[in-house]
Amino acid sequence: MEKTGPRHWLLLAFFALFVVFLYGPTLTIFILSFQGPDGGLTFPMRGVSLYWFEDLFQPQMVGDFGGALQRSLALALIVMGLTVLISLCAGLAFRNRFLGATLLFYITIAGLIVPSILISLGIGLMFNVVGLPPAWWSSALGAHLTWTLPFGVLIMFAVFNRFNRALEEAARDLGASPWQTLRYVVLPLIAPSLVGVGLFGFSLSYDEFSRTIMAAGSDNTLPLEIYAMTTNVTSPTLYALGSLTTLFSFAVVITVTLTVLAMRRRRRVARVDA
Amino acid sequence: MSSLPPDVTASVATAVAPSGAAVPAEARQRGRALAAAMPYLQALPLWLVMGIFLLVPIATIVIVSFWDDQETAFVPAFLWDNYRDVFGTSVTLTTYLSTLRYAVIVWVFTLGIGFTVAYVLAFHIRSTLWQMVLFQVCAVPFLTSNVIRMISWIPFLGRNGLLNQTLADLHIVDHPLEFLLFSPFAVCLTFVHLYSLFMVVPIFNTMMRIDRSLIEAAVDAGAKPLGVLRHVVIPLSLPGIAIGSIFIVTLVMGDFVTVQMMSGGQSASVGLLIKNEISLLQYPEAAAHAVILLLTVLMMIWAMLRVVDIRKEL
Repeated sequence: MEKTGPRHWLLLAFFALFVVFLYGPTLTIFILSFQGPDGGLTFPMRGVSLYWFEDLFQPQMVGDFGGALQRSLALALIVMGLTVLISLCAGLAFRNRFLGATLLFYITIAGLIVPSILISLGIGLMFNVVGLPPAWWSSALGAHLTWTLPFGVLIMFAVFNRFNRALEEAARDLGASPWQTLRYVVLPLIAPSLVGVGLFGFSLSYDEFSRTIMAAGSDNTLPLEIYAMTTNVTSPTLYALGSLTTLFSFAVVITVTLTVLAMRRRRRVARVDA
Repeated sequence: MSSLPPDVTASVATAVAPSGAAVPAEARQRGRALAAAMPYLQALPLWLVMGIFLLVPIATIVIVSFWDDQETAFVPAFLWDNYRDVFGTSVTLTTYLSTLRYAVIVWVFTLGIGFTVAYVLAFHIRSTLWQMVLFQVCAVPFLTSNVIRMISWIPFLGRNGLLNQTLADLHIVDHPLEFLLFSPFAVCLTFVHLYSLFMVVPIFNTMMRIDRSLIEAAVDAGAKPLGVLRHVVIPLSLPGIAIGSIFIVTLVMGDFVTVQMMSGGQSASVGLLIKNEISLLQYPEAAAHAVILLLTVLMMIWAMLRVVDIRKEL
């Protein structure tokens, strides 16, 4: 396909516009969160300050910002661990034929396409009917897993589709037990993808809103807290909070990406050295 | 082999016993039974989570949708009352129509944008490195908060927002446009902003799998760029388009936050209807609505799958 000429540049310009569309609004609230103390929710900037960031950490300003943050972080870490572990196991299972494999696959995909409000309502009702109080570490955890596991399983599918089985056969021929093959051959090779699954698990859980709303119980997670804030906070504090959580998400993504790249490079170096 | 850690070589060296030779038949049989049971054990955690937190909750919704909604509680029963209530009012129909309208508008725009972006990424970026970098650039917002991404339109679209100021400065309008924020327009814009990615990723995936020699063959046979697009790229991207469309339809049909926040409470959606019933503790009626929503979404997906076969994508 031609990669010069006006059509090419027009398409690239479209792509650039799309990126501006994606990031522009976030950048706007980032700038506005440095609004001076007299400034409002829109431009112009009335001075530059950290006033609204300080305001964010005043206890009376936001409900239970600190507690919500702690809960969200803890939940995201648990979801991350479980997503990696369960996706890996399922990925290994799907490499073999077993009874119910197709059904399980479709059910997992259903986790992606059933509207979030149904998951939320369903889990809320289930806990209600059984008589258990919903909580972030039980019902919300389950709700998050129905969202992160399909992504994890799909990634593992892609990984094992491209996996060279000859490497495992070689290990087996050399006398490695199944466990040794997994531990020393398979896992090191797919480690970068597992880190990717972990990133999805963490980020999707940390930002999850619509599945959590009915399933979180009395203690809010951070996105629920932010949502509550949108209805009663009409100052740039809201932007300050938005900027901070977005920066945090970016930091997580960038750290993980760099880690994966470093893992790949180390493996390449090892290969060259040997 | 050289990429393996050194301890593999060690463990391989110590494992000198050739498999099968000295191992008793009984142990071998046990090993084989374990190997046969292995996939079931490995799949068990996924079964458990999806069973307990997806299948049982949906079954609960279906069951509760037949229960009796009394003043203080909902009690087990088998009544069609909730469904009668749902279909007995014109609100249901208008809400569904309004939600469907959102779904169609958002689908058209995300498809146009998503296809073009995926096309640029797949066919107009030269180096694989840049392809991956730019793909990441498109994907990262997916890992940030949706609620924050919604809020971030406020300074842009508001009465004194950036857009109105720019339009006023350029003397295009003399008084600020009111329809920008808290309107169906804002809802659609936010949807497109939040969900374009769900189109880009699957379409990009299928496009990357298109055999480049097919395109060369089409060009050699005299096809113009648009001809290649129409007769090669689009037909081969259909599975990705279908997967993206399924995402868009289910995300928009079930949404309640975006509609609530960006329409300023002026617009209705099925999800919002359900959410309002939940906050009024009318669980059985909410459940009946949820069942109908689920059936509607499933029917829409089924219709799409009739048109496009996505099985080889999975």
